[in-house]
Amino acid sequence: MAKTLAEKVWDAHVVRKGDGEGANAQPDLLYIDLHLVHEVTSPQAFEGLRLAGRPLRRPDLTIATEDHNTPTLDIDKPIADLTSRTQIQTLRNNCKEFGVRLHSLGDAEQGIVHVVGPQLGLTQPGMTVVCGDSHTSTHGAFGALAMGIGTSEVEHVMATQTLSLKPFKTMAINVEGTLRPGVSAKDIILAVIAKIGTGGGQGYVLEYRGSAIRALSMEARMTICNMSIEAGARAGLVAPDQTTYDYMYGRPHAPQGAEWDAAVEYWNTLRSDDEATFDVEVDLDADTLEPFVTWGTNPGQGVSLSAKVPSPEDFGDENAKAAAERALQYMGLEAGTPMKEIRVDTVFLGSCTNSRMEDLRAAADIIRGRTKDPNIRMLVVPGSARVRLEAEAEGLDKVFKDFGAEWRFAGCSMCLGMNPDQLEVGERCASTSNRNFEGRQGKGGRTHLVSPVVAAATAVRGTLSSPSDLDPAPESAAVRSSAA
Amino acid sequence: MEKFSTHTGVGVPLRQSNVDTDQIIPAVYLKRITRTGFEDALFAAWRKDPAFILNQEPFSAGSVLVAGPDFGTGSSREHAVWALKDYGFKAVLSSRFADIFRGNSGKQGLLAAEVAQDDIELIWKVLENAPGTEVTVDLGSKTVMCGNVVAPFEIDDYTRWRLLEGLDDIGLTLQHEEDITAYEATRPAFKPKTLPARLS
Repeated sequence: MAKTLAEKVWDAHVVRKGDGEGANAQPDLLYIDLHLVHEVTSPQAFEGLRLAGRPLRRPDLTIATEDHNTPTLDIDKPIADLTSRTQIQTLRNNCKEFGVRLHSLGDAEQGIVHVVGPQLGLTQPGMTVVCGDSHTSTHGAFGALAMGIGTSEVEHVMATQTLSLKPFKTMAINVEGTLRPGVSAKDIILAVIAKIGTGGGQGYVLEYRGSAIRALSMEARMTICNMSIEAGARAGLVAPDQTTYDYMYGRPHAPQGAEWDAAVEYWNTLRSDDEATFDVEVDLDADTLEPFVTWGTNPGQGVSLSAKVPSPEDFGDENAKAAAERALQYMGLEAGTPMKEIRVDTVFLGSCTNSRMEDLRAAADIIRGRTKDPNIRMLVVPGSARVRLEAEAEGLDKVFKDFGAEWRFAGCSMCLGMNPDQLEVGERCASTSNRNFEGRQGKGGRTHLVSPVVAAATAVRGTLSSPSDLDPAPESAAVRSSAA
Repeated sequence: MEKFSTHTGVGVPLRQSNVDTDQIIPAVYLKRITRTGFEDALFAAWRKDPAFILNQEPFSAGSVLVAGPDFGTGSSREHAVWALKDYGFKAVLSSRFADIFRGNSGKQGLLAAEVAQDDIELIWKVLENAPGTEVTVDLGSKTVMCGNVVAPFEIDDYTRWRLLEGLDDIGLTLQHEEDITAYEATRPAFKPKTLPARLS
């Protein structure tokens, strides 16, 4: 029978088929190839194991890092916030007790968990990957079935290396055409979310397909898969191809020698069969796509950067209308204001969505030789210590510092308000992160989600801006490198 | 996990869609390492507003939350479920739940009952016209009752069974440990291991 990619990966991991059929079907028990762990969602799971006297079944398929809670300044000093410090110390104690590999603050492999896995070559096609973090969908870029789980499931995976899962429905997101200069992967996924809504993907695994997706780099594909959860989907993936293999080859944990060949032979089977059918198909035209930006307080409330802030009256549905009214009030915006006239206070370049080498290069290419708007604060936070080192080797740190941006150490930083990097009440931020929820970046903070090149152009002009708004316009080569 | 069969308690109308987990519990409260004691963190930002529904009597004593569509979107934090439970909520009604939130609820004995939006609107009206009206959620018959409204709700059969029986997931899975071991023997050699660590 013809299968989609997601179904192939699923079927290859069934330890035990659920009993029963139809509405009475029990979930399948699936084997988990890789479990990523961080400090926030694991302490109660480790404690559960301890209380039940259960071992962690496969430390050799588990890896931990510190990211959510960690500061991005003064990382050589004890963490100032006592509860944060306790949580980090708890992870260190737990990893030692249960034999889990941990990359701590200060280690060259420390960083955002979803940057670390791929960079070490631990994320590979056809795997099942889980983590107590909803942006685990990032790893789907390699053709892995990767999903976020809650702490009870974290404990379940620790104890059994499996998860009970109800089968998903499948949705194809077909993106055909060629992106214009200045338009990037972030714009694709923001447009997808605006199109299908924050609940549109609930119960589905998304597969991103089409010529525009095939043309993207791995890091750009990670940006897209990362935000599948913002469309409500627990997982999103892209079929592996030569781009995937080239990215993986030679990474520390990539297969070597004969095992590499065996792996590639298997990976080549990981694509949706031509005759396979998806439960739903959605089409997006890459040719006409423009830089995208959010105006509201959920990631589905987005428009083209050249558009205006919408009016609640534009929405037919009563719930959407009420949500828009509330969002405009929280965001301090007037309907009808051109998005490009919105002045921001802070620009954040970072997060598991956009903090990899290509993201930093793309932003650096825009700002190189330009001056930052004097009223803007810009934070550049590499996704991992390794990314930071590589960027410094290329001199990108100098580009950002000369521009007037702050060059920080790796971590989740200002993506979520749980470490020192936070917005003040009423502060407005153009952010390359993934969530514009009320208070997400700090209590009362106002978030506009943007791509790295829009973030960079905004830092130059002070208002939400596209690279094409800059004078002089960026060289097309610089903008085209913004595939991330 | 405690068994759940039926619950009756004060209904709280939360007329909002897309109530994300950052609203249910802001990230700053996620630094704790315990599994209980999150009642103060529930809707922490909104509770600073005296007009917020949980700051009004008799809703402050509510145990059935009746919310708009797309409840629990965003982060995977199970702390959102812990906070709702610690506050005293036993059930949440919505026409659509985020997948991870729904899963987390099922693991923790919080009933996430999917009720058609038309019925949610009717229940909202009853609760707003007669604050303090109790809502009964009956898992056996998959029915919710509030005033003169009687509506069906959806929940997957497996979660329903586990809630009714109060079953521990890990214990259930470990009954099949032989299957897990047998599967492990078939895994290809090229699949990566985190140990021993290889570094760049």
